[in-house]
Amino acid sequence: MSTAELMETVQPGVDDQAEAALLKVEGLTRVYGDRIGCADVSFSVWPGEVLAIVGESGSGKTTLLNCISSRLTPTCGTVHYRSGDGVSSDIFKMSEANRRRLMRTDWGFVHQNPIDGLRMTVSAGANVGERLMAVGDRHYGNIRQTAIEWLGRVEIDADRIDDQPRAFSGGMRQRLQIARNLVTGPRLVFMDEPTGGLDVSVQARLLDLLRGLVSDLGLAVIVVTHDLAVARLLSDRMIVMKQGRVIEAGLTDRLLDDPRAPYTQLLVSSILQV
Amino acid sequence: MNTFLVASDVRKTFVMHMRGGVELPVVANVSFSLEAGRCAVLGGPSGIGKSSILKMLYGNYGCDGGQILVSHRGRHVDIVSADPRKVLEIRRDTIGYVSQFLRAMPRVPALDVAAEPLMIRGVGRETAHAKAQSLFARLNLPERLWSLPPATFSGGEQQRVNIARGFITDHPVLLLDEPTASLDAANREVVTELITEKKAAGVALLGIFHDHDVRRAVADQIIDVSAFAAGKSAA
Amino acid sequence: MTALADMTDTGKLATYNFAYLDEQTKRMIRRAILKGIAIPGYQVPFASREMPMPYGWGTGGVQVTAAIIGPDDVLKVIDQGADDTTNAVSIRAFFAKTAGVETTTATAEASIIQTRHRIPEMPLTEGQVLVYQVPIPEPLRFLEPRETETRKMHALEEYGLMHVKLYEDIARNGHIATTYAYPVKVEGRYVMDPSPTPKFDNPKMHRSEALQLFGAGREKRIYAIPPHTEVVSLDFEDHPFEVQHFDQPCALCGGEQVYLDEVVLDDRGGRMFVCSDTDHCENRCAAGHRGELAGDDLFDGKDKGVETEAST
Repeated sequence: MSTAELMETVQPGVDDQAEAALLKVEGLTRVYGDRIGCADVSFSVWPGEVLAIVGESGSGKTTLLNCISSRLTPTCGTVHYRSGDGVSSDIFKMSEANRRRLMRTDWGFVHQNPIDGLRMTVSAGANVGERLMAVGDRHYGNIRQTAIEWLGRVEIDADRIDDQPRAFSGGMRQRLQIARNLVTGPRLVFMDEPTGGLDVSVQARLLDLLRGLVSDLGLAVIVVTHDLAVARLLSDRMIVMKQGRVIEAGLTDRLLDDPRAPYTQLLVSSILQV
Repeated sequence: MNTFLVASDVRKTFVMHMRGGVELPVVANVSFSLEAGRCAVLGGPSGIGKSSILKMLYGNYGCDGGQILVSHRGRHVDIVSADPRKVLEIRRDTIGYVSQFLRAMPRVPALDVAAEPLMIRGVGRETAHAKAQSLFARLNLPERLWSLPPATFSGGEQQRVNIARGFITDHPVLLLDEPTASLDAANREVVTELITEKKAAGVALLGIFHDHDVRRAVADQIIDVSAFAAGKSAA
Repeated sequence: MTALADMTDTGKLATYNFAYLDEQTKRMIRRAILKGIAIPGYQVPFASREMPMPYGWGTGGVQVTAAIIGPDDVLKVIDQGADDTTNAVSIRAFFAKTAGVETTTATAEASIIQTRHRIPEMPLTEGQVLVYQVPIPEPLRFLEPRETETRKMHALEEYGLMHVKLYEDIARNGHIATTYAYPVKVEGRYVMDPSPTPKFDNPKMHRSEALQLFGAGREKRIYAIPPHTEVVSLDFEDHPFEVQHFDQPCALCGGEQVYLDEVVLDDRGGRMFVCSDTDHCENRCAAGHRGELAGDDLFDGKDKGVETEAST
């Protein structure tokens, strides 16, 4: 077959396939008075993919994450989420009741500091079980069994189930927070610097665990990080932000190995080599 | 004979913004095609842009122009203009890649590293592991290493894990970036056999081999990259 | 529940408005009560007044009683089931003085019963009003300190957290160890704190013929359960709600299926269990019922060896 023959059957490189996006962000802007939190951000996330939002402190990535997870109201722009029944709706036009239900069933949110995402004064088991009880599970034995299974998946011994997270190390707390979020089988998880305050070895373990869970559960994840190594290890696609705006977006490995924008080149060249 | 991949007029220049926007032309006018059951080899001195071409084919590097058409799921897709998700899909199903160095994941055992491309495509864990084990055995990777993370392996051991990872699937196109660089003669021989088997199975291969014996044994076609040297044609 | 009382009999009462509070305040409280009745279990904010007693002594209950009491009402006040404890005596005296109403210790005769920590054993009847003194009205406060958040949780019926509390109980103790202030769901909608009554009394709230009003003075909240309302105690399928059981009957009246208080008799371990509801106990004794220590005059100064009997 010649090149000319090939051309006749060419499919455009853009994706025109039927699968609809899980989350579609369009023209999202959030200003704080005169200051820009994030401006005119648009992107989509599809089921089962991991998207990293990278940038240095103050680049607007956390503002963006808070907006798309409905924790913060954007100044303008829309965020559409397609629920399990295939219906796509603007999360800021949903009733608050529906939005909150979404956040404790279909969605998860992993905070950088586990204290923000855990109830520190109740046991690990209750932390994991809370979402189950919130959706109406009323069988103590089943809730506890599920909690034990999830603690196992995040490598916490079952005999720690009745301990409070106050007695846990930073890495264990973060793993507990992940289990607490995943117990209802969410389809989309937001993560804000999930490996932030952890030692390097603890960080490696958590990243490996996350990678495994994400691929086993087919989760879609939007992870905010300033650490390009975390982005490379976890994500398929990446968005680079600076001063509230998207500088460059694309395949994670292409952005890291062949950065185009001056800012992305600066970020990549600033990585310390070990 | 089936053409699996056609590159035409592919062009690549690095712009170094960190150094005042200096332009480093890499290649231009890259044109060739890969055919099923044949192994093409990129030839030319080092630094001429052989690895860059492989990376552009894999979507790892962007291109500044041209077209790379690949037969993907019965249709022809242009990698140069494909969106990221399409590129990922092509990597999963159509184009395999054995890199020069293994990017080791912390804590992931060698067996899982090699079996992963199969499991991503929905093959069961046991089947995938069995296939990885047989490749490890052929590549003479000591069995005590199979369940260990490759981060602490020697260069040759890591490379064999990498080769197993690349050869485990039946991707119709396979890109090889110096797969034999850090291997001894016996293992080079194994890789040659593996390539020959891929050819027999109808895979289109494109490789960089600095080892003359291997190159001689597998090459059906030499693509001289110095012909694409950017300095010449860009001028 | 009429407006101003006739205050012509004694001049000394003229310094107080009827039932202490001014009429505008009573109207404000009555509006809150009416709203509470209309939305069973919902906590209605109200402008709690300073009362001539410290917080924690029943200022919420007293304001509710003051707002609903009329000259024809008969008031009973109990504290832990007893009519003769300090708090009960003072509040009874307060209304006797400021409203001139008749007071009683007999549950059946009372039209308004203000209570702390108990519901009388005798089933209440239509026309009676039970006024609870409430220290912390918010059942979700245990795990969620933010008022803005708990209000939202009530509004959106997000009550999973209540079960987290019960889960913790079972995880720590093997059973639901909450014995008082045991959360209930009212008319299938609002989760409510029944005030620190023992959970033994929870079933009495369910479809009671009486009107139940709750006043929290310090927290400035009023809520209500109208007569015949469904009140369900929260639980797990595999750990159903249960009331306390007592191994022995009341030592004085022999009553069973009643809530008992432990009374220490001496410093050698002697103790007995008697009805917490003193009126109920006295009525039974008067009707000829006898417990194992009844008939012994415990307070005549002679030791009749009760400690050995009681310790068996």
